[in-house]
Amino acid sequence: MPADTVSVTGWGRTAPTVARLIRPRTYEEAAAAVRDCGARGGIPRGLGRAYGDAAQNAGGAVFDMTGLDRVHAIDADGGTVSCDAGVSLHRLMRVLLPLGWFVPVTPGTRQVTVGGAIGADIHGKNHHVSGAFSRHVLSLELLTADGGIRTVRRGTPLFDATTGGMGLTGVILTATVQLQPVETSLMSVDTERARDLDDLMARLAATDDHYRYSVAWIDLLARGAATGRAVLTRGDHAPLDALREGTRARRDPLAFRPSRLPGPPAFLPEGLLNRRTVACFNELWYRRAPRARTGELQKLTTFFHPLDGVPHWNRIYGRGGFVQYQFVVGHGQEESLHRVVRRISEHRCPSFLAVLKRFGDADPGWLSFPVPGWTLALDIPAALPGLGALLDALDEEVATAGGRVYLAKDSRLRPELLAAMYPRLDAFRSLRAELDPRGVFVSDLARRLAL
Amino acid sequence: MKDAFGLPQSLLVLGGTSEIALATTRRMIARRTRTVWLAGRPSPALEQSAADLRALGADVHTVAFDALDPESHETVLGKVFAEGDIDMVLLAFGILGDQAHDEREPMSAVRVAQTNYTGAVSATLISASALQAQGHGSLVVLSSVAAERARRANFIYGSSKAGLDTFTQGLGDALHGTGVHVMLVRPGFVHTKMTAGLEATPLATTPEAVATAIETGLRRRSETVWVPGALSVVMSALRHLPRGLFRRLPI
Ligand SMILES: Cc1cc2nc3c(=O)[nH]c(=O)nc-3n(C[C@H](O)[C@H](O)[C@H](O)COP(=O)(O)OP(=O)(O)OC[C@H]3O[C@@H](n4cnc5c(N)ncnc54)[C@H](O)[C@@H]3O)c2cc1C
Ligand SMILES: NC(=O)c1ccc[n+]([C@@H]2O[C@H](COP(=O)([O-])OP(=O)(O)OC[C@H]3O[C@@H](n4cnc5c(N)ncnc54)[C@H](OP(=O)(O)O)[C@@H]3O)[C@@H](O)[C@H]2O)c1
Repeated sequence: MPADTVSVTGWGRTAPTVARLIRPRTYEEAAAAVRDCGARGGIPRGLGRAYGDAAQNAGGAVFDMTGLDRVHAIDADGGTVSCDAGVSLHRLMRVLLPLGWFVPVTPGTRQVTVGGAIGADIHGKNHHVSGAFSRHVLSLELLTADGGIRTVRRGTPLFDATTGGMGLTGVILTATVQLQPVETSLMSVDTERARDLDDLMARLAATDDHYRYSVAWIDLLARGAATGRAVLTRGDHAPLDALREGTRARRDPLAFRPSRLPGPPAFLPEGLLNRRTVACFNELWYRRAPRARTGELQKLTTFFHPLDGVPHWNRIYGRGGFVQYQFVVGHGQEESLHRVVRRISEHRCPSFLAVLKRFGDADPGWLSFPVPGWTLALDIPAALPGLGALLDALDEEVATAGGRVYLAKDSRLRPELLAAMYPRLDAFRSLRAELDPRGVFVSDLARRLAL
Repeated sequence: MKDAFGLPQSLLVLGGTSEIALATTRRMIARRTRTVWLAGRPSPALEQSAADLRALGADVHTVAFDALDPESHETVLGKVFAEGDIDMVLLAFGILGDQAHDEREPMSAVRVAQTNYTGAVSATLISASALQAQGHGSLVVLSSVAAERARRANFIYGSSKAGLDTFTQGLGDALHGTGVHVMLVRPGFVHTKMTAGLEATPLATTPEAVATAIETGLRRRSETVWVPGALSVVMSALRHLPRGLFRRLPI
């Protein structure tokens, strides 16, 4: 099996480490790779869209699962798909949309694998209605540390350890996923503006339940009273009768047409992103948004994955890379959310639009991130002076409020806070100790946070 | 593991009583460092340094390490790396010597060279290969401005640092792409016990300032750091000064 020694990072391009990258093409090759991975263990990797160090393993092996990418079976009546874990959500959309089905949960990018979606138990704009990805996984096959393959069903401890388990219980080889029926590949979208954070939260709390998908983009660089001003975009899959007769869209309602722009050049001058340019962008973007508009038809990819149009957009942050900070605090902790937003805003982080969303019910994954409440996510250049200390202070605030940060985005949390944020951590650790006594599965994230 | 800002969780200091190293270690403990290994010649000062750092909440171990005994380095350092990953190695041992005295006593001059250069060569190579096996880590080497250009007043020390400096640059190139980050730190005059009693030069700085520069360098994954930063300009000017002129400078 080919193995290259390569430098690996997450999407944020911080903390590179070197590992042997192994790309199994069959389940047997995957099992052999796990058996022979050596003293520094191995970790599965999908498309590397986790921002931090979850899918890297310094000095050891990284199993690139994108070589295992077969779609095995589609039940076009019952709406399920069985596929290899290395299949991307992009590919699933391409295959499933013409049949009238959509993935049950999509993150802000289609370029993630099914394995990564389960490993991080990802959420989408429909979390308040549909929960996390794991809620729609009927079963999966897991390659464990002993080299054996187990079928893992819902409602078992191994299932709950694996969904959100960041690849540390084993390599997911295949999964069977329940899909969402759709009549068209377009979205019907309502847009409105909120003048500040309170206004925004009030709108979200009042009317989120009317929409399957909901998210707010908020401007944390706006000063004073405007702090937290936002644009809400909410919607659902457009029904067929929303498309006008005689249009191209109506003739081919389930066509999947992602748009693609050229990526940024490989070399960009440092300092392109600074407070002024970013504030300017945010301002323009806010002004451009309609005060209120309903029923606008948007391409699915425009609504869900605006950044996917620009390949390698993560390079605009330059050599130093960037950090994404995402946390959730429960309902009733609105004051904490306010304090966090105020601190970020006072620090004048040159952050493009941050994303605020209301989560619905949690799923049982032991390290699954979403819990009912408010989640905020923002990108910040890693080179920003004082950022480490600022984020440490935010962690304290979040932990005190009973909240948590998202491991798929993390690259800098203090390990001491982890147990408070994830109360099932002990169960996770003991299951791993039993299932994988030699510690075959390990990642930089696991080492850093002593998972 | 280092975090997104290059901050280490575990730190091995070679030269465990160095004031610059201790200031750096205190800073790292205030950030992320939990495990510290202080390698140095056994002494009450070494134990006291460890106790002081423990009081800051770190888990601190001391190990007997003598730069002048390179044969032992493999065993001594091997034991440290066997205990777990080291995210950062800080090479801080060194002696200034006494130029006038050392010119008269060649063996004494040789001791400066052996401590600062050959001792560092063996310790660095061993650390580098352990970091390479881990696939990650920063190797931070305290060179000096004295390495940039030989000065009449301290060329014995200067030449030993020049050797270390050149060696480290080459090592940094050799380790490029291995996941190991090599960072050369070139401080000017730093107020520590090494320079106690000497007349401070312009741009003299403190161990804390060196610690800050190291922290920034880790974040930026820099290869060379001058402390203070202005020295990089000063030294690039001095480097090109003709010999005759340089000789007559009051430095
Ligand atoms: C632009 C952008 C927007 C995003 N938006 C969202 C969002 O809205 N919601 C959200 O939840 N996340 C979001 N993310 C994060 C992303 O969805 C997750 O990090 C996801 O896990 C990435 O999948 P991947 O295939 O790239 O996995 P990787 O990043 O390669 O790996 C992520 C984790 O999954 C594990 N893993 C991967 N494959 C397997 C496997 N076969 N078996 C077991 N474990 C495996 C890895 O070990 C690792 O721990 C976003 C990321 C980007 C870049
Ligand atoms: N201070 C400055 O102005 C300055 C400027 C530029 C560069 N530097 C460099 O920075 C480094 C740290 O300097 P500092 O100012 O912190 O000096 P310091 O406090 O005097 O520390 C020097 C360290 O070197 C150790 N050491 C000496 N000989 C050794 C040996 N044979 N084996 C093991 N350890 C030995 C000392 O240990 P003991 O306790 O056992 O003696 C001490 O820990 C040195 O490499 C120095 O050359 C200093």
